[in-house]
Amino acid sequence: MAAPLLPFLHLDSLWLQVTGSRCNIACRHCFISCGPKVDRHAMMTRAQVQVAISDAERLGCRAYYYTGGEPFLHPEILDLIDDGLASGPLHILTNGMLITREIAAELAHRSAAADYSLDLRVSLDGLSAAANDPIRGEGVFEATTTGIRRLVEAGIEPSLALTLVDPAGASPEGRTAMLGFLRALGVERPRLKLIPPFRIGREAARSGRYGPEARLAAEDLDDEAPWQLGCGTSRMVTANGVYTCPILIDYPSARLGDGLAKALVPIPLAYRACFTCWEEGFSCRS
Amino acid sequence: MPELSAAEFWVGPRVTLALFGGVYNNYLALDVLLRDTYRRGAAGVYFLGDVGGFGPHPARSVERLRESAVRCMAGNYDVSVGNALADCGCGYTDPRDNHYAQISYDYTLDGTTEEHRRWLAALPTRITMMVGKHRVLLVHGSPRRINEFLWESTTPAAYIHHLCELYQVDLIVNTHTGIAFERRLADGRGLINVGAIGRPANNGRLTVEYVLLHLEDGQLHSERVALEYDHARLAAEMEGEGLPPEFVATIRTGWWTTCLEILPTRERRQGRF
Repeated sequence: MAAPLLPFLHLDSLWLQVTGSRCNIACRHCFISCGPKVDRHAMMTRAQVQVAISDAERLGCRAYYYTGGEPFLHPEILDLIDDGLASGPLHILTNGMLITREIAAELAHRSAAADYSLDLRVSLDGLSAAANDPIRGEGVFEATTTGIRRLVEAGIEPSLALTLVDPAGASPEGRTAMLGFLRALGVERPRLKLIPPFRIGREAARSGRYGPEARLAAEDLDDEAPWQLGCGTSRMVTANGVYTCPILIDYPSARLGDGLAKALVPIPLAYRACFTCWEEGFSCRS
Repeated sequence: MPELSAAEFWVGPRVTLALFGGVYNNYLALDVLLRDTYRRGAAGVYFLGDVGGFGPHPARSVERLRESAVRCMAGNYDVSVGNALADCGCGYTDPRDNHYAQISYDYTLDGTTEEHRRWLAALPTRITMMVGKHRVLLVHGSPRRINEFLWESTTPAAYIHHLCELYQVDLIVNTHTGIAFERRLADGRGLINVGAIGRPANNGRLTVEYVLLHLEDGQLHSERVALEYDHARLAAEMEGEGLPPEFVATIRTGWWTTCLEILPTRERRQGRF
């Protein structure tokens, strides 16, 4: 059975894996197995980031996303933020652990001065150390919540990204608890981004690999699919080249070339992770 | 280039056009707008869609628009009501937004006659016109999606340039978000979001907004107009219809209380909630 081909509509979002696979923690559910000593994908240089943004801008890109790894490990992260915000709205996906008061103040200053929106999406996987740290590592809950408080003190209200290692988190009660949790940290306008687990990378070892049923067929999709799925309107740039999406950077067949020009093409939804995006109605974008 | 609808032509040394969106059943603000645009000498008045939602007595706004000389377009709300679809198609993604959107939609659909639905369903979804030498495209959300949100803080110049190139226009005029803004490119092309007259723009003011487009000496420039209307009466009528107190509070305070999750960070922070 041939995998369905998803049309590419337009480059609405450009994702940049600014710190490659380098992260300060090694979450047990990480679908690209990032960690402190993981250099499988190199950190992007500022010049690489600037070229990618410049190319995307010429293509009419709407929004930029910095991810990794942990973006705040990048030694030039503040300059990279300036580069992104000069071109459009910028979203940063972070675990918040490296947000010092100084960094928070710099972010607040940039957020106020820019023409476009600056969004911080902070990841946490449980509303207590007991729930979070077995997934993300000892001490992470404390460090992340400290980072959130510092952002709030500086005037930035981050959203909370939570991977649904416990599916009950998506229930109305689960959402209410998360919103209350954020309010208790001082976030007056709490926002959530709930992420289904992708059973690849380190998550495959935690919860098991996909079964044979995790396949998409052409008849599964509808006309809305290219709008709904992130890969219909976005691409992922890494130091190793351009990929279909942030989730598939460890699949050589998902690499679309060195630059964006040849990457804006229909792609086969041939990967098990594609099944999760479609079944869960998930898109990486905010 | 995507196919465009038949063009309309506005010529002359001086022409003023009025552009508004998002009535949201606020027939009282619509009455004020019709008088105001006449008083200001607008040669043409264009409505960019979304008659229903939020406010009371859906039939009253439809009747006024049908009896007026306003050139009307469909928004996502009008497509949904016109075709009796299951929801408003606003494009919300958060359950909290969808909860209130559904209350508003069910109320509007229930209060819309079959004849009015037929009228809504037949409205065009885009209008192209020439204003002097400028090619102007009117849409509800964006040229590519009727429910695409184009907010000031998330609509970069590069994207507007792309749309102007793709649709071969000098100016795109839209609504859908309910908050007005204008962004011009260095070459003069650009986008104007006219906001909405149905509810305040989440700014703590009790007025609502529309836009006048002036052609003067060959150049196009815009003017945002704030309208005062009988908001106290509207709020009382909303209460009388049993609409959610959260909606009524917005009319009485100027701050949005629902459908907030779709707002980008910057626009959200500018509101109270």
